[in-house]
Amino acid sequence: MTTDAAARARMRPDLIVVGASAGGLKALEMVLGALPRGFPVPIVAVQHRARESGDTFVEVLGRGSPLPVHEVEDDDQLRAPGVYLAPPDYHVLIEPGRVSLSVDDPVSYSRPSIDVLFESAADAYGERVCAVLLTGANADGAKGLVRIKQAGGYAIVQDPHTAESPEMPAAGIASAAVDVVLPLEQIASELVRRAAT
Amino acid sequence: MTTKRSGSYARVVDPRGVGAAAASALTRADAEYAGVSSLERLEIQLLLEGVFRHYGHDFRSYAFSSLRRRLRKRLEAEGLDTFSALQSLLLHDPEAMDRLLRDMSVNVTGMFRDPTFFHALRQKVVPILRTYPFVRIWHAGCATGEEVYALAIMLEEEGLYERSRIYATDMNSDALEKAKTGIFPLARMREYTSNYLQGGGTRSFSEYYSANYDAALFDPKLRRNVLFAQHNLATDTSFSEFNLILCRNVLIYFDRQLKERVYKLFADSLASFGILCLGRRESLRFTAVETEYEEFDARERIYRRRR
Repeated sequence: MTTDAAARARMRPDLIVVGASAGGLKALEMVLGALPRGFPVPIVAVQHRARESGDTFVEVLGRGSPLPVHEVEDDDQLRAPGVYLAPPDYHVLIEPGRVSLSVDDPVSYSRPSIDVLFESAADAYGERVCAVLLTGANADGAKGLVRIKQAGGYAIVQDPHTAESPEMPAAGIASAAVDVVLPLEQIASELVRRAAT
Repeated sequence: MTTKRSGSYARVVDPRGVGAAAASALTRADAEYAGVSSLERLEIQLLLEGVFRHYGHDFRSYAFSSLRRRLRKRLEAEGLDTFSALQSLLLHDPEAMDRLLRDMSVNVTGMFRDPTFFHALRQKVVPILRTYPFVRIWHAGCATGEEVYALAIMLEEEGLYERSRIYATDMNSDALEKAKTGIFPLARMREYTSNYLQGGGTRSFSEYYSANYDAALFDPKLRRNVLFAQHNLATDTSFSEFNLILCRNVLIYFDRQLKERVYKLFADSLASFGILCLGRRESLRFTAVETEYEEFDARERIYRRRR
């Protein structure tokens, strides 16, 4: 490993972005539930879900995690500990230190779109962002991961063999030079390790 | 990289209207993360400045992340590699500028989007409007007008439309021309019908339009009390006094400073105890006008002026 790469591997992220689709509720519950109270990096997550899914989704995740879980409001400031979940039917974009929303057309049939979240996070945070791509039955997030890597960020993808729907993580691995592929149950500990460096 | 940038970008996103603490946090964040695409950011700023000075279209106070996304799409569509190249094209080719304008001012809309909001409007706001001899409504950022027709339908069913005037404004004149036709894609009528019923509609939705191939033509009578007019929230001022203002999912595209400007504009344009309706994930919290309103329906983001 060159010094540069070593330094990058050590860099503590200031933001974690997560994308999930089919099977994502269970996967997110597992990852968010295994993070420690007071986890020091804000997490912004896109989970594809129906417009009608309402508040129950946020409540379920909030109950299962020691971290406060919010549904994103326009202009929310990103604070840790905290999980910010994309509202149905809005794209979530990252600005330095905060989020903004858009109702632009769906990207690859999705709104919220994981690509939109990841690409804007890469633009705003560069090498100080860590992206996590979980289970899903489409290819959302693959383009976003490419941008994350171009900007020097860190990319974690769920091992497709441990995913309820393997297509999305497989597409991510095929498209981008991801840093690490992990079974679902090891993703939280990897995040803790990175947040501690 | 962490120390050098004091940042002209900071001025673009940095809201004058918020507390100094928040502002300095932003500047710091900007300085810390400016490394990767700071050149691109500079190019975008120069492009926006050029467009403003040459054409007068001011996008300098738009939310940066959404703005950059839309600009990137235009960049790709024009087959160019850098925003500097795009700037050159825009300045020398007014037709390219028109294409960008269309990208920048397209706001996605629909009928009775968020049915629970329209339900609350009908159940809680209409009874208040009923107490006025004449109801003046401003639909700000109406785009292609779907929601204006939805509003007219609701007022009609509540027996309030005869004494109502809806001022429907948008910055985009093409969108307004479309809105005036009342023609919308037939393919979306199933979704709109479902929204309409969930939102408390009392008739058969198909009464309001006639189908023609793939288009739904809405009853022209629905716009008899609508005035469509061009108005730019970023630069124009208040033009009347209203009992109700709707502006949903429009201000999410503006930076905080511009949002503050528009919220002030709305406060100045509302009559006493007037009602302001925002999008489902927008709010007045932490804005300068927050204390001038009460939360009339917190869930549906309906606010009422205290006096």
